[in-house]
Amino acid sequence: MANTYTLISSATVNSSSVANIDFTSIPQTYTDLLLKMSLRIPTGTNVGLRIGMRFNGASTDANFSTILAYADGSITGSFTSSTGFTGWMPDAGTTSNVFSNVDVYIPNYTNSSNKSFTTDAVMENNATASYMGYFAGLWSNTAAISSIRIFDSGTSANFAINSTAYLYGISNA
Amino acid sequence: MTNPTKLIINCETGVQEEIELTDEEVAQLEADRQAAEAAQAERDAEAIARGAAKASAEAKLTALGLTADEIAALIK
Repeated sequence: MANTYTLISSATVNSSSVANIDFTSIPQTYTDLLLKMSLRIPTGTNVGLRIGMRFNGASTDANFSTILAYADGSITGSFTSSTGFTGWMPDAGTTSNVFSNVDVYIPNYTNSSNKSFTTDAVMENNATASYMGYFAGLWSNTAAISSIRIFDSGTSANFAINSTAYLYGISNA
Repeated sequence: MTNPTKLIINCETGVQEEIELTDEEVAQLEADRQAAEAAQAERDAEAIARGAAKASAEAKLTALGLTADEIAALIK
């Protein structure tokens, strides 16, 4: 990884009751942010569950718009979403102990324009059914991003123990 | 502890805390779940309708005398 990448903070889920991961008080001193996530839900049989993302303590998906191209092992497609949908994670219906591999890149997170982001997501599953996709998202809000919340927006379940999230700052990208 | 929790990572101090969600936050999680379920049902219905339209179109082309290879060539 380029030496302009600085690890701001990381989170590891150590209990079975964690439904949200919140990065707060994000330093406003970098150019871009990169959020790398390895997540799993230990319950359910949906196979792929949606990862939700919100900024600055918002309690709803207001002002998000996303378009994505995806493949699920059988078909390819694309659709739009008016949520902070930003990838998939495996649930108990998948191969045991596999976790998602998701990168969210947020350029110019401190400027006074609306905030864009891109997501490169793979759900991971040793079976035919598995999701991968590339997302282009927009959060139509001019506030600098100072906090990020990650959650299961598909079933609102708790994360599996050992799920992780790493937040990096990129300078002069 | 009855409600799920949130893992809060303060990037300024490095302090991590696990705090129980408020009832309001739990209600929001449930609302999110219902909205996601409804959106998924809508996409599933669209996919089924698309599949049915495709099958109907192929049947009509077959009735017109086109071979499977010719229909495949048209669809691509």
